[in-house]
Amino acid sequence: MTIAELTPGLTLILGSLLVPLLRGRVRSIFLISLPVLGLAHLSILFPGEHGVVSFLGQRLVTLRVDGWSMVFSWIFMVAALISSIYSLHVRTPLQATGGMAYAGSAIGAVFAGDLMTLFLCWELTAVTSVLLVWAGSGKNAYRAGMRYLIVQIASGMLLFFGALIQLNGTGSLAFGHIGLSAPGGWLIFIAFGIKCAFPLLHTWLPDAYPEASEVGAVFLSAFTTKLAVYALARGFAGTDLLIPIGVAMAMFPIFFAVIENDLRRVLAYSLNNQLGFMVVGIGIGTEMALNGTAAHAVTHILYKSLLFMSMGAVLFRVGTVKGSELGGLYKSMPVTTVFCIIGAASISGFPLFCGFVSKSMIMSAAGQGGYVLAWGGLMFAAACMFHPDIRVPFSAFFAKDSGKRCEEAPINMLVAMGISAILCVGIGVAPAYLYALLPYSVTYQPYSASHVLAQLQLLMFSALVFAVLVRNRAYLPDLRAINLDVDWLWRRLGAGMSGVALIVWRSAAGSVGDVLSANFNSAASLITRHRLPDGLLIRSWPTGSMSLWVMLMLFGYLLLYYVGV
Amino acid sequence: MITSQERPVPSEPVRWLDRPENVRRVYYAVWFLCALLLGLELLIEKHVETAAEHWFGFHGFFSLLACVVLVLAAKLLRRIVSRPENYYDDC
Repeated sequence: MTIAELTPGLTLILGSLLVPLLRGRVRSIFLISLPVLGLAHLSILFPGEHGVVSFLGQRLVTLRVDGWSMVFSWIFMVAALISSIYSLHVRTPLQATGGMAYAGSAIGAVFAGDLMTLFLCWELTAVTSVLLVWAGSGKNAYRAGMRYLIVQIASGMLLFFGALIQLNGTGSLAFGHIGLSAPGGWLIFIAFGIKCAFPLLHTWLPDAYPEASEVGAVFLSAFTTKLAVYALARGFAGTDLLIPIGVAMAMFPIFFAVIENDLRRVLAYSLNNQLGFMVVGIGIGTEMALNGTAAHAVTHILYKSLLFMSMGAVLFRVGTVKGSELGGLYKSMPVTTVFCIIGAASISGFPLFCGFVSKSMIMSAAGQGGYVLAWGGLMFAAACMFHPDIRVPFSAFFAKDSGKRCEEAPINMLVAMGISAILCVGIGVAPAYLYALLPYSVTYQPYSASHVLAQLQLLMFSALVFAVLVRNRAYLPDLRAINLDVDWLWRRLGAGMSGVALIVWRSAAGSVGDVLSANFNSAASLITRHRLPDGLLIRSWPTGSMSLWVMLMLFGYLLLYYVGV
Repeated sequence: MITSQERPVPSEPVRWLDRPENVRRVYYAVWFLCALLLGLELLIEKHVETAAEHWFGFHGFFSLLACVVLVLAAKLLRRIVSRPENYYDDC
């Protein structure tokens, strides 16, 4: 087996095991060289199925190279490089080890040609990424990590059972188009849906990501959900149900994003909203829509990691990312401010920034395909999303001066943010390079005067509402508060109900126990009484009465014989 | 490593955005840009995907309405879901 037949994820996974053994500058060089080697590895791959392993009579494909796997693996490897540079200031090895293994498993999953390899990598992403949540500070990070892990493992279990049902029904574990009507299709769909943060299954995302360390959130923002988008695109392209799901995902998180005080949680909600666009693209399922989804996944990883990096830098320097406690930081962190604004402009879809050239493909596919309601929903999301997107740089770097002063972000953070920012602008200015990577050939042209004008109108009028309300102090203020989400059902209601159930059980168990013990005592005394010398079982019986019982038994036998039993 | 200080440094230079008249300039620039974008629509031939987009200023006014709805709905939502920061501390 040559190196071109090994999955590039292995480079990062095996390399991550060596990270704890290294120190200082050597570890820094090693951490950067891992994804660089990975990028070199990607460039020598050739299309087809490689790394085939036979396991229990099944054909497992560890390296399937095609348009889909290449576009996702390229951007995952770039994200691994950016995140590793961003993590260089951290002295303890845990986050870099977890982060590299996590990135490697996500890349392994992207190259998986069968459901069993996908499952293994799927679970590996869960157990490695939770280290990044736990690297956050305090008991909140630990608890959020536990909730995150339970949900991720549950997703893996559903995938596993779905794969087994598919194997039983079709005799194959191959990971191609699945569809809802396939054996195990629904289980696999829900498994992907959990990881993709479908509505009501989404709470792990805004719960865990903001609790992760400043480095952890950058890693997390890149891989888990985009792996789910990739898996959905492979298995469920053209599934109509994904369109309303995607529209709901694109719309509802915005309402939570604009009232949230924790700016990294705002980013987590807006991440969920952007996934909605990709899910709609998968649901539409045309080549243009699927290209839009792949393109948006690429740009999304770049601008979302840039935004998380800028807020991570604020967290690192100031110790908080609560909007109510920040403001005026542009004076202390001017370079980070510029990078954050570039990230916000990209996610909003300003022309010349990367979000514009990818999001508009999906919206055009919805419009051209006659999905008017979906198009309207996405248009609403695109207009409104500007508010949380602009709120992040506004609350942190401008707004009312909080009086907080700090140093600019460390140099490694600035370099990582700089690479992301250059790519955000580069792709926005020259989208042809991105389009060349996409799974299908692209004829789409984002830069027409009409389209640019429409997008600018959408964004500037949104900005106008923001500006008028802020100026008149009528905008939603940054409040020191949290907001309940669906997870209230199990974090509060469920916990409360289980407490009530415990009390009911204890009191019920007490009264049932009383009744049982009373009956048990009378039964015991009855048995004891008949075992005493004059008891029924012990006392001597006359022979005549014994003969009578034997005669009755024989008579019964005779009766049964005649009845013919 | 947290190196923030709570109070502004007295000797800090006054920056462009520290002056209220400049903030006002930014504010009116947003109004001006919106008007400009509406005006440009008269000069540009539209190529759109849905019938509604042919209406004059559709994207601008759609966005205006959507954002007003967003802010009003979010104010209502905040009344329902907002809780003190320590709400989940004991569970």
